[in-house]
Amino acid sequence: MGPNGNGKVLYINYEKCTGCRLCELVCAVMHDGLSNPERSRIRVLKWEAEGLYIPMSCQQCEDAPCMNVCPVKAIYRDEALSRVMVDYDKCIGCRSCVAVCPFGAMSFNAIDRKVLKCDVCDGEPQCVRFCEEKAVDYVNASDVAILKKRDAAKRISVAGKEAAVLLAEH
Amino acid sequence: MPLDRKIAYIDLTTGDIQTKAIPLEVRKKFLGGRGLDAYLLYNHTKKGVDPLSPDNALMVSGGILTATCASATSRTHVMAKSPLTGLLGSANMGGFFSPELAWAGFHHLVIKGKAKHPVYLYIHNGKIEIRDARAVWGQSVTESQWAIREELGDQEVKSMVCGPAGENLVRYANVMTGIKNSGGRTGMGCVMGSKNLKAIAARGTMDIKIAHPMEALDYNKRFIDQIVSAKVNQTQGTLGTPFIWGATNSWGGIRCRNFQYNQCEYADDIEPERIDEIAEETMGPYHMTGCFGCQVHCRAQFKVPDGPYAGCYDEGPEYTSQGAFCGETDTPRATTLLNANYMVDQFGIDNLEVGSLISWAMELYELGILTQKETDGLDLRFGNDEAVLEMIERICYRKGWLADTLADGGVAAAEKIGKNSFDYLIQVKGMQNLHSDERATPALALNIATASRGSDHLRSRPAIDLYHLPEEVLRKIYSSPVPYDGPLSSEHTAYEGKPWQVYWHENCYMGVDCLGICKYHTTFLGATLPNFEDWSRVLYYNTGLEMSAKEIWDVSVRSNMMERLFLLREGLTREDLKKGDMLNHRYFDEPCRRGAPDVVGRMIDREKFRKMIDEFYEHKGLDENGVPKPETLKALGLDKEPSHLL
Repeated sequence: MGPNGNGKVLYINYEKCTGCRLCELVCAVMHDGLSNPERSRIRVLKWEAEGLYIPMSCQQCEDAPCMNVCPVKAIYRDEALSRVMVDYDKCIGCRSCVAVCPFGAMSFNAIDRKVLKCDVCDGEPQCVRFCEEKAVDYVNASDVAILKKRDAAKRISVAGKEAAVLLAEH
Repeated sequence: MPLDRKIAYIDLTTGDIQTKAIPLEVRKKFLGGRGLDAYLLYNHTKKGVDPLSPDNALMVSGGILTATCASATSRTHVMAKSPLTGLLGSANMGGFFSPELAWAGFHHLVIKGKAKHPVYLYIHNGKIEIRDARAVWGQSVTESQWAIREELGDQEVKSMVCGPAGENLVRYANVMTGIKNSGGRTGMGCVMGSKNLKAIAARGTMDIKIAHPMEALDYNKRFIDQIVSAKVNQTQGTLGTPFIWGATNSWGGIRCRNFQYNQCEYADDIEPERIDEIAEETMGPYHMTGCFGCQVHCRAQFKVPDGPYAGCYDEGPEYTSQGAFCGETDTPRATTLLNANYMVDQFGIDNLEVGSLISWAMELYELGILTQKETDGLDLRFGNDEAVLEMIERICYRKGWLADTLADGGVAAAEKIGKNSFDYLIQVKGMQNLHSDERATPALALNIATASRGSDHLRSRPAIDLYHLPEEVLRKIYSSPVPYDGPLSSEHTAYEGKPWQVYWHENCYMGVDCLGICKYHTTFLGATLPNFEDWSRVLYYNTGLEMSAKEIWDVSVRSNMMERLFLLREGLTREDLKKGDMLNHRYFDEPCRRGAPDVVGRMIDREKFRKMIDEFYEHKGLDENGVPKPETLKALGLDKEPSHLL
């Protein structure tokens, strides 16, 4: 938990992604009742010729460029859910936030002429609910690093054992 | 509404393009996908049409659930009169194509005519353009897809293409999308080639309304839990379909040396665990991938470890490649398997057909019916790995007399080769059997004999018949959504009750093909997986269409009958070895030589087989010749076909 409530964040482990794109569909259906990846807040980028699939979504930055650039202060931080939100009553649709986001996570929906971004489905992200592989997970921000440490430590340990075996063989 | 997706009629000769709404009345009768394709095929082709002529119609479609949030609704169906069999051409593939086509505004395409030069269709947000494809003609399956993306400047474009085999009019060329997703039977890629149609490229951002979004999501979650809890799917998701080959080969249900043996020995190098190792070594621990919206992720990513295509990226291999390039030809080596798999994926050819024909030619070579004169010096003996790879390439490019002959399909090749070569051809309705050996399993034998597109497992195979499920479990499955109180047997060697099982699965598989769902998400390999009752809910939540399980069953029965009407129109007769519901004599005359105690020594009893066909026809409402009774057609509302509603 963060100091001001829910400190959970989306944790994307792209290695685990099978590229099925169900996250895109359930995101669009949850938010708009419409099936259309163009409306999804999460997108799976693909390099099919190499078998590489990378889901991309909003990082809910602490010092969010989208929030900083917004000329009408329509973007704000919702500390309760550790997320960055758009106030559509204030938004003028200038797309400055789309231009400045370093991850391409702020999108522009050309059908409704509105910007759109991940709102973690108010704490129950549907992409996580439907991702059986846990390529997209929802974890405490403070746990992300320890999870990665654990994975890395395991790899080092396996490599160490393999090296020891190789040494013993020589 | 998801039901406002349209159908487009494209004439490649004149360039004329028409679009129409699909009337609800037609939707309710055939839903979409394969069922509606069958209706369109019957209505848009004339009796006796030459499959390679401009008059043949090529149907491309998504299922009614395609591009909704229902799980694994990725399937694209392709239909035309088959240039391989002269009967029903029908193929179904996964991947990402048909959802993109749906977001581009279309659920069904009917393509006729022949373009003056190679073209491709570009379909985007309700518009259809016919574009020059001369620059991509001759390119491989993946090269051409990436080239089209470059040309259109959009990496999200999804294309279905024919490869060099389709361009060269190999009669069993595939339509393909992505790295390996194949509409891989009955030569639909050959029909594309004959129309000078290299590809259909789709890109769409049009909304599809979900009728009841929250219920659709919740029900889909339940559906997924059911899918992933099945052991068979967990295994598929780890080892892919190669696990099926491993299991059936150790038991004795795999063709080896064409049809001489029913088990391939010394196959350690192509066992599923070995393939998994190669995938892990070349692509890392997370190397499984899947189709649109699917949790099974049944195919591996790998790089070819050695051989002529060493280092190339590919996906699979499916168990069909193990059967086609290792078991049947008795070349059970990973290098052969993975290189052959890469070749068929790039050339765009049906692995089942080409492998089966090569192994047939090998048996003819062993018998002296073919010699090195016909093979252009190639030593076409069983167990010769290089010969397998060489023949795949020769056939795709029609190089040399034998390859050119085999490229026209088995029945035509047997006529050209002469002597008694036809006796050794393991086919039904002109299409080669897959790699399985059905002599110990009457239900499976009945399935391949009566499958509408020729010898094939994906039309009606009661695969769960091999699990020896208790009779009460069988009764639960097979008494819904229509009652059945006839015999059922847990014994795979029995003949009793099997016709009903085959009939039930024929309707189950037609159901998924109309909805657009993958067969791994229904009662195919797993006895606990969803079928009619669940589909009724999924259909309602996603599309708003209210249909009971029984009504969906009726759609399946009707659609299967539509295919039957087409087959009969094009010349099917019951016991015709080339065009009928009949098996090669070897099923009745040569016992299994290898395998488990409940397999070895078994073969099909001709008289009992005949009785099974009689009973199967009865379930379908056909007379003893396999022709629908007038009352059957009336009950299904098919007594006025062709009715030209679309």
